[in-house]
Amino acid sequence: MLLVMLLAVASLIVVAAAAIILPSDLGRRLVYGASAMVSALVLVDGGWQLLAGRFPQEMVLPLTLPWLGAHFRLDALSAAFLIVVNLGAAAASVFAIGYGRHEDAPNRVLPFYPLFLAAMNLVVLAGDAFTFLLSWELMSLASWALVLAHHRVPSNLRAGYVYLLMAGFGTFALLLAFALLAGPAGYYDFAIIRASGHPSWVAGLVLALALLGAGSKAGLVPLHVWLPLAHPAAPSHVSALMSGVMTKVAVYGFVRIVFDLLGPPDWWWSMPVLALGGITAVMGVLYALMQHDLKRLLAYHTVENIGIIFSGLGLALAFKANGMYVAAALAMTAALFHVLNHMLFKSLLFFGAGAVLTATGERDIERLGGLIHAMPVTSFAFLAGSLAISALPPLNGFVSEWLTFQAVLLSPDLPQWGLKFLVPGVGAMLAFAAALAAACFVKAFGITFLGRARSTAATNAHEVDRFSLAAMLGFVVLCVLAGTLPGFVIDALAPVAHLLAGGTMPTQATIPWLSIVPVAQARSSYNGLLVFVFIAVSGSLTAAVVHRCASRAVRRGPAWDCGFPDASPITEYTAGSFAQPIRRVFGTIVFQARESVSMPRPGDTAPAQFQVSLRDLIWDILYLPIAGAVGYATERLNTLQFLTIRRYLAVVFITLVGLLFALAVAP
Amino acid sequence: MIREAAIGLAIPWAIPWAIQGAQMAVVLLLAPLLIGFIRKIKARLLRRQGPPLMQMYRDLVRLLRKEVVLADNASWLFRVIPYVIFAATWVAAALVPTFALGLTFSWSADLIAIVGLLGTARFFLALAGLDVGTSFGGIGSSREVMIASLAEPALIMIVFTLALIAGSTQLSTVAGIMQTAQIGLRVSLALALFALIIVAIAENARIPVDNPATHLELTMVHEAMVLEYSGRHLALIEAASALKLLLYISLIACVFVPWGLAAPTATPRALAVGFGTYIGKLAFGGALLAVFETSIAKMRVFRVPVFLGGALMLALLATVLMFVTRVR
Repeated sequence: MLLVMLLAVASLIVVAAAAIILPSDLGRRLVYGASAMVSALVLVDGGWQLLAGRFPQEMVLPLTLPWLGAHFRLDALSAAFLIVVNLGAAAASVFAIGYGRHEDAPNRVLPFYPLFLAAMNLVVLAGDAFTFLLSWELMSLASWALVLAHHRVPSNLRAGYVYLLMAGFGTFALLLAFALLAGPAGYYDFAIIRASGHPSWVAGLVLALALLGAGSKAGLVPLHVWLPLAHPAAPSHVSALMSGVMTKVAVYGFVRIVFDLLGPPDWWWSMPVLALGGITAVMGVLYALMQHDLKRLLAYHTVENIGIIFSGLGLALAFKANGMYVAAALAMTAALFHVLNHMLFKSLLFFGAGAVLTATGERDIERLGGLIHAMPVTSFAFLAGSLAISALPPLNGFVSEWLTFQAVLLSPDLPQWGLKFLVPGVGAMLAFAAALAAACFVKAFGITFLGRARSTAATNAHEVDRFSLAAMLGFVVLCVLAGTLPGFVIDALAPVAHLLAGGTMPTQATIPWLSIVPVAQARSSYNGLLVFVFIAVSGSLTAAVVHRCASRAVRRGPAWDCGFPDASPITEYTAGSFAQPIRRVFGTIVFQARESVSMPRPGDTAPAQFQVSLRDLIWDILYLPIAGAVGYATERLNTLQFLTIRRYLAVVFITLVGLLFALAVAP
Repeated sequence: MIREAAIGLAIPWAIPWAIQGAQMAVVLLLAPLLIGFIRKIKARLLRRQGPPLMQMYRDLVRLLRKEVVLADNASWLFRVIPYVIFAATWVAAALVPTFALGLTFSWSADLIAIVGLLGTARFFLALAGLDVGTSFGGIGSSREVMIASLAEPALIMIVFTLALIAGSTQLSTVAGIMQTAQIGLRVSLALALFALIIVAIAENARIPVDNPATHLELTMVHEAMVLEYSGRHLALIEAASALKLLLYISLIACVFVPWGLAAPTATPRALAVGFGTYIGKLAFGGALLAVFETSIAKMRVFRVPVFLGGALMLALLATVLMFVTRVR
């Protein structure tokens, strides 16, 4: 029920207040324990409401503006995103019970953590523009405080600064969007906005502003620059929340505005969404390949996955505008399924990165290696997460990718020529991103967990506490379940897809053998469970036969390595050398990657040097000029501070005349 | 054959199950023979005697019987990976129609899922290259993922083209529709075939991209990743790569030359014809590959992206053509 959810949010705020006064050890247990329980409660409630389908539920509380009141509203869309938010929050809280013990400044984390959770819940529950924006800003500020938890690290300060600027920009864009939606009468209530029609130019502007506002929070290229700085700077459980959950709240904001409040779409709305989605997916993963900081690599992968989600949303817009409601439901379901999947595996991977950080104190994978021996459970969980995010069957990432491809395959029936050229391009970009993601996670898992230890920190690593392991293994199980039994997820999302896209996919529960069928059985079907069982059975059968009938002898010996003697771990492949072929193939264009070798002459004792330089073109071309222009303008305007009184008076006079003139000219 | 038909007459659902079971056995049994055949032809083209056709079976049996020598720091993952690779490749190969359509489980994984299964196998193979922490393993893995990053999207675009022509991503349905004459000759189909051949060469580590017969560090990709494997593990990986080659030839055969494939409700005679033509197609494909490999030199590693980028562009062009020629 909506009341239960609001009470839960209120209790989170109380916990946040309590965390300020409690001593840190008790505070940690209380904050994370209470957050886990409250999130689990809202999760169960949200799931129950979604299955029962008692929508919409509304409530007005006498808060915020006195003549407006705070509207709260629960419909299928809110319920689905509440499940995503609180599932992620519950697991992050359980993880943090163990992980938070290693926090050196717990009082900079504990009060803001429940506040952050409360704000994300409020955004999803908000039923008017004012409450929405207030909660959105609270979410930004709480997470900003968490980003600055380790404020003595210089790079974190920069991350916090960039994040604050981008968050402010994003909220400003959303503010303008809602101002346009409110119309001349100034209605804040979502119900009235939804009921009133919007002229085409208003709708176009609102779409652009929603892409800027929600897109900057979600991490759409080129608005993603804050994300890979801010997400890794926060403590790992907060990184998991920011990457896995907060970006989903941003997706919710976009969906709420564009699919719900804005009314029936025009076909051209899908063009910018699709194009940005495809570019974001490819750019995100290419950036990720160049990273060797584990958490930053994961953050760039969030950018990639947001691209996949927005591609699905763009397809849904295109289908809906052309009256193909079943296809729209398919694309929408694919996007929402990917929202859930990405929350699952990205949280899991950030937990793994947090566990590695706890065990070794290192985020730089060039100094790790061989952790699979010391941390078997963590490495298993991270491997499962890597398989899932690389969209490999039979795990869950593949299912949403497959559904998106099925939606692409329905799009030749779209009549517009622009879409006929754009959609196959986006399909190719998604396939390209998926292949590169697999490459990137071979690197991330292989360099971190396999091979030999590259530093003493990695040699002395140890497995982490049981709370962290429980959170990771729980999400591994969910990744496998969502991958092998996707039909249940699709059915649960059916009311959301119906609400937003106007159609429904076939009911999956009625299909034999728990297969999933996007449109029709003859067209395509997939059965994750059977694929999983086939691989497991044929693999174990082979192992049994080989061990029984052939040989089971094992002898340990030094590595063969083509007969070379065992050298030190320095000769191992590193993250940089692993990515070198891909950097040479794609990076020379995208990042202007240049390699320079300086080899001293024979007899010279100077060390040989190899340098790689990469340029972030988006930063250099888009952001540096803006920063330069702002700097230039402030320097020019600075002179206004040092004028004489006569000049100030003149300025006042000229302004007055100008305003009067404007009044006279205006109708 | 007669007995099978009798069972089929008594219980009709038994035929697809029998076909599915036979398919699993056939791909496993024929794959080493295909490798032996290609090696034989290549040797004869070079005027050598060459190893006997059955040599790969002997190699596999010998490897299976030998003990495994594991590197000191090899992890549990290193020992599990051969079984995973073999199982994933075998399942994928069992889902591509070879001699008959209407495999019982063809609906459980469509063409995209088959591509995904091969991706899973490759993911684990690349991890195996990194596990022991030698530089050869690393060089193999990093080149493999670079090649895959272009080959996989090309393959997906080829799948899109086929799916748009046939209106389905189910491989059995696609092959069934390709058998009917109404498809005719299409530009998209030709582009897709060309792209698929390039992808098949790259994915199977054949000559212009990689050399399966060399242990020269600067030229090897696949061999570098499996350098640390021995005994039964190596046998499984070799069998998996043979299965993969068979899979690609079967895939090209069943989509582009589907004639002879037995229908789901086939008579024993049709099944025999299907099997005979399948053997013929395999032999023809293998012979073509051997001739091609003998007549061309291996290219530099950084020429491979150009080669594969060509395949990607061809496949994308084929898909775009399918999009723009469909007018509602």
